[in-house]
Amino acid sequence: MLINVDNQVTYIYTAAQRIHHDKPTVLFIHGAANDHSVWNTQCRYFSTHGWNALAIDLPAHGKTNGVALDSISALSGWIKKCTEILELEKLSIVGHSMGSLIGLELASKSKSIVNQLALVGTNAPMPVSDQLLETSKSKPALAYQMINQYSFSNRAKLGKNDIPGISMQGVSIKLMQRTKPGVLHADFVACNSYADGVAAAEKIICPTLLLLGAQDKMTPASRTKALEEAIPDSTVKILSGTGHALMAEQPNQVTDCLKDFLIGT
Amino acid sequence: MSDHRDFKLETLGLHAGQEPDSDHGSRAQPIHFTTSYVFPDTDTAASLFNMERGGHVYSRISNPTNAVLEERISAMEGGVGGIATASGQAALHLAITTLMGQGGHIVASQSLYGGSHNLLQYTMPRFGIETTFVNFRDLDSLAAAIKPETRLIFSETLGNPGLDVLNIPAVSKLAHDHSLPLMVDSTFTTPYLIEPFAHGADLIFHSATKFLGGHGVAIGGILLDSGNFNWSQSDKFPTLSEPYEGFHDMVFTEESPIAAFLLRARREGLRDFGACMSPMNAFQIMQGVETLGPRMQRHMENTRSVVSFLNDHEAVSQVTYPELPNHPDHKLAAQLLPKGCGAVFTFELKDGRDAGQKFIEKLKIFSHLANVGDAKSLVIHPASTTHFRMSDEDLVAAGIHPGTVRLSIGLENIDDLLGDLKQALKSR
Repeated sequence: MLINVDNQVTYIYTAAQRIHHDKPTVLFIHGAANDHSVWNTQCRYFSTHGWNALAIDLPAHGKTNGVALDSISALSGWIKKCTEILELEKLSIVGHSMGSLIGLELASKSKSIVNQLALVGTNAPMPVSDQLLETSKSKPALAYQMINQYSFSNRAKLGKNDIPGISMQGVSIKLMQRTKPGVLHADFVACNSYADGVAAAEKIICPTLLLLGAQDKMTPASRTKALEEAIPDSTVKILSGTGHALMAEQPNQVTDCLKDFLIGT
Repeated sequence: MSDHRDFKLETLGLHAGQEPDSDHGSRAQPIHFTTSYVFPDTDTAASLFNMERGGHVYSRISNPTNAVLEERISAMEGGVGGIATASGQAALHLAITTLMGQGGHIVASQSLYGGSHNLLQYTMPRFGIETTFVNFRDLDSLAAAIKPETRLIFSETLGNPGLDVLNIPAVSKLAHDHSLPLMVDSTFTTPYLIEPFAHGADLIFHSATKFLGGHGVAIGGILLDSGNFNWSQSDKFPTLSEPYEGFHDMVFTEESPIAAFLLRARREGLRDFGACMSPMNAFQIMQGVETLGPRMQRHMENTRSVVSFLNDHEAVSQVTYPELPNHPDHKLAAQLLPKGCGAVFTFELKDGRDAGQKFIEKLKIFSHLANVGDAKSLVIHPASTTHFRMSDEDLVAAGIHPGTVRLSIGLENIDDLLGDLKQALKSR
């Protein structure tokens, strides 16, 4: 579906379903240089299990127009605006990487609307190395390659996707290569400059899942302790043999973990 | 080398898409000889049907053994995925029917394998899909043949029978300037000799029966997607960019902007037309793929020796091979195909049709049959077999002379191959 946000066309994937306000809603937020499609299997699952499942394209990503926002605070505010336009009073947020920081910020600032929060492949703070930050600005094509290298576990580098016949790393880099100029750099600036993550985490009152990859080199699972301890009601789940691209590497396990967390077993 | 692979072709050929079997540790890829897969519960069953989960439902649509082959060849080509099909012809048909329906139009090279030409010239028009055949060396003619209803530009990387080298960068640019995809049949070249995606092609198919298998025991094909073409940039591809009632109004370009083509091809094409590959064939072709790199290297070494031998032989009037300076695409071949121009080529005997027949009958190692790309060397005399009903004049018009002989050079010891050719030419 398309909505108008700040006079910009904004795309939201809904698995071809309409929003019903009597159903619970889960909003999926993608990471840097990605779009809604990284969540397609999870979105389809929840859409047939009693939920409004929405995967949004952030400003200047995927099919959404506009200019990329280079702060987590601004992105969080933009998501809040989307929920108001959609007349969603309560929702669960699932964010990956940069999207997890947006979810974290939103849940800390707008406690009343976020029921549940799932942070997938997350760290706070989420520093981006000077080299990668500069490369994202001067040589984005090289930066996409670097990200693709860092985002997958050793196992995944030879493939064997749960989705038959599809290359995980192939789809991942082709999606990044379609990113508009300047967007990756803006995304990385947003991640790198978000210094308030742990402070924000302390204000979260909703149940929160940290879903992590044991082989994540971008946001290592070993660096989430502060975040875990700061969030009053947090649960940690680590997927073995999985890198930063959790939804690509383990689509079924990610869905199962989210189902257990959002719906219950 | 494309930009998302951590390993080179020979390594990918052995490992891509596969992990040792989790149940028994089998190093070789098991053959999943099953039509269907037990669902652990009703919810999982429904989720698999609705593409909420990765996995397998029915082997016409996907199979674990086939999936390894699909990922493996896709990795070797630098694509985002593939679909194994019953044959190369099935792959071509699957691509066409995924991209267009009645009223669609294709611009294809006039130098095509006969089976592809038959499908486009005679069969697809019965279903409302027309093809214009042009000489792809003439880009102006190619551009002029494009119509508003054109949906695909199609050629072989090495055309039939003259081994026309496809200028993939130039043709793909022309196609993209018209918001059209370029699909190539890379059967003769395999990912060892050229990676068409790296040069601008959008789709590739192979007759895996040939060099990919290499053993001549299994028929199969594979259709691959580069993930580069933006199917929603125009309204030319509603099968991908508009809701599909046959799958719960799925819009494939929204579901996956990158793999939309493969999604539709599998979810509609394999589901409804059903031209899937047998898992046994997938396994057998995989055995060949594992050694594709070393085999192609040997194919090229032997082919170059045979080409050189024939080119110098007094009984031979012409050898058609792009590495020879007299071939019209010699310079382009040096640029695009530095590792070699394939192991299939033709040559002309000075003494015509009778000489061709006698030559073939004298051969001892070369097998006289209608196939190419085998580990065994093969030969056929078109004028007395595939084109035997044609007059000498009609043969020439088709690019085949009465004395034309087609060879597919295999992996035998080169001394034995040259010795066989020498005695057959001597005693003709």
